[in-house]
Amino acid sequence: MNPEQFLYAESHEWASIEDTDDGKVATVGISAFAVEQLTDLVFMELPEIGAVVESGKEFGEVESVKAVSSLYSPVDGEVMAVNTELPDSLEILNEDPYGGGWIMKVKITNEETLAKLLDFASYQKQCGQEG
Amino acid sequence: MKTPLHSWHVANAGRMVDFAGWQMPIQYKSIIDEHQATRNSATLFDVSHMGRFVFSGSDVESFIDRMTTRKVAGMAHGGIRYSLVCNSDGGILDDILVYRLGTVDGGDQFTMVVNASNRSKLWDWLHSNVASLDVTIHDATTETAMIAIQGPTAISVVNQHLNIDVNSLKYFTGCHAEFDSVPLTVSRTGYTGEDGCEIVVTADAAEKIWTDLMTHDGVSAAGLGARDTLRLEAAMPLYGHELSESINPAQTNLRFAISLKERDFVGKNSIVAAMSDDAAAVRVGLSLDGRRAAREESEVYHNDEKIGIITSGTFSPTLQTPIAMGYVHPSATKIGTELFIDVRGRKIPAKIVQLPFYKRK
Repeated sequence: MNPEQFLYAESHEWASIEDTDDGKVATVGISAFAVEQLTDLVFMELPEIGAVVESGKEFGEVESVKAVSSLYSPVDGEVMAVNTELPDSLEILNEDPYGGGWIMKVKITNEETLAKLLDFASYQKQCGQEG
Repeated sequence: MKTPLHSWHVANAGRMVDFAGWQMPIQYKSIIDEHQATRNSATLFDVSHMGRFVFSGSDVESFIDRMTTRKVAGMAHGGIRYSLVCNSDGGILDDILVYRLGTVDGGDQFTMVVNASNRSKLWDWLHSNVASLDVTIHDATTETAMIAIQGPTAISVVNQHLNIDVNSLKYFTGCHAEFDSVPLTVSRTGYTGEDGCEIVVTADAAEKIWTDLMTHDGVSAAGLGARDTLRLEAAMPLYGHELSESINPAQTNLRFAISLKERDFVGKNSIVAAMSDDAAAVRVGLSLDGRRAAREESEVYHNDEKIGIITSGTFSPTLQTPIAMGYVHPSATKIGTELFIDVRGRKIPAKIVQLPFYKRK
C-alpha cells in the first residue's frame, strides 16, 4: 500500500483503485492527516455490505471524544466488504491508516467520479493549507 | 484576545480555538491522554480567560449577597463559594465563584470569578444593580493570569514552590502566598473532580510559573477539551449547556448553591416558586449503551414520549462508556430508569445514573 499512489477526496478519505475481473474496486479509508486532526477516536460506524454509496455522500461516521464526523464516499458504487475489525481497534487508524486501517471496499459503478479526486501531491497541498 | 500564556501554547503545539473571544488551546496532543494525566498525576490548565472582578467599597458584602443565590455575607476570611447569579425571573445569568481572600495587607476584599462567555454581561448586570451603593468593581482579567494545577500529585508539586502548605487549605478556601517569592493568590479549587489548586498572578509573572511547574516529573499541560471531559465526569455544570437564562436554579440539582433562609436576593421569588413546580425538567446524569455519545440537543425518550434533552455528552475516558447530562421530566429521574436517547436518528438505550459519574477516591 503506497499512499502516494492513492486518490483523495477533499473531505480526507482515500481510495486505492484496483482492476479486478469484476471491474474497478476501490479500497477506502481516511488519511493520516484526518486521523491526526480528529484524535481520540472512540467509535466508528461501518456501512452494510451491499449498500450503495455515492461520491461525496455520507457512508458512515467516526466519533472522537470531542465530536462526531461524517465519512464521505470518494466513489460511486456498491460496498463489497467492510473492515469489521476496525471499530473495536480504532488505534489501527493511528498506526496504519493506509493499510490495516482500511474501512470498506467498493465495486465502482461510475468511473467518471474518479476524475474529481485529488492525487497525493494535490491532497498534501490542501492539508498544508488546512493544517 | 490572548492570555499571557498564549505564546507558550502556540510554541508547544497547542491547537488554538476561539473560545468566547479568547484564543485557547483545545488540546496539545490527545484529549484522552490529557484527561488521564489529570486523573493519574498532574496537569496545568490556562484558565486566564475566566473573568476576574475585584470589588471595593463599604457596601460590597451586602451587594454581592443580594446578587447571588448562595449566602456569601458573613463568609469567613479565606472562604470561597460557588454560586449562581440570576435575573429577577430566576433565569441563570452565570455560575461564579465568590472569594473573600482579602487584600495582601490583610484588609477585607471580595473577588468574583465569572465565565469568559459571560464577563461583559455580568459586568453590565452588576453595574446596573449597584445604584447608589458604595461599590466599585475593577475588571482584573487582562492584567492577571489564572492557572489551574489539577490531579493527585498537584499539591505536592505546587508546595515545592510556595511559602505555604496547600494541604493546610481546606477545599474552597484560599489565601495570598508567594511562589518562589512571586506574590499570588492560591485556592483549593478546580473544575476537574481531582484535588488541586488554582493560582492568580500578575500577567507578566505567569509564563515563568507555568514553565517552572512544567519542569516537574509527571506534570503536563491540558487543554479545554480535557477540561470539558473531566468536568463532565465530575458532573459539574457548564454555562451555556446545563445552565442558561431559560433554566431556573430549582431545576439544576445544585441545591447547595441556593440559600433561602433569612435573606433576599435577585431571583429568589422565582426560585421559590419553581421549587414547587412538579412538571419542570431537572438535571440528571445518563449512561448510554454502546460507544456512540449523545451530544447537546439529543432528545430523551421514555416509552416513546419525549421527556427531556441532553445538554452535554461525551465518551467518558475514565469509565469507557458514553455519559451525558441533561434535563428530563421529574417522573423519569429515578436512578436506574431506562430511557432512549435519539442520537442522530437512532434510539440508543440509556439509563439514569447517580451523579457524579466519577468521584476521586
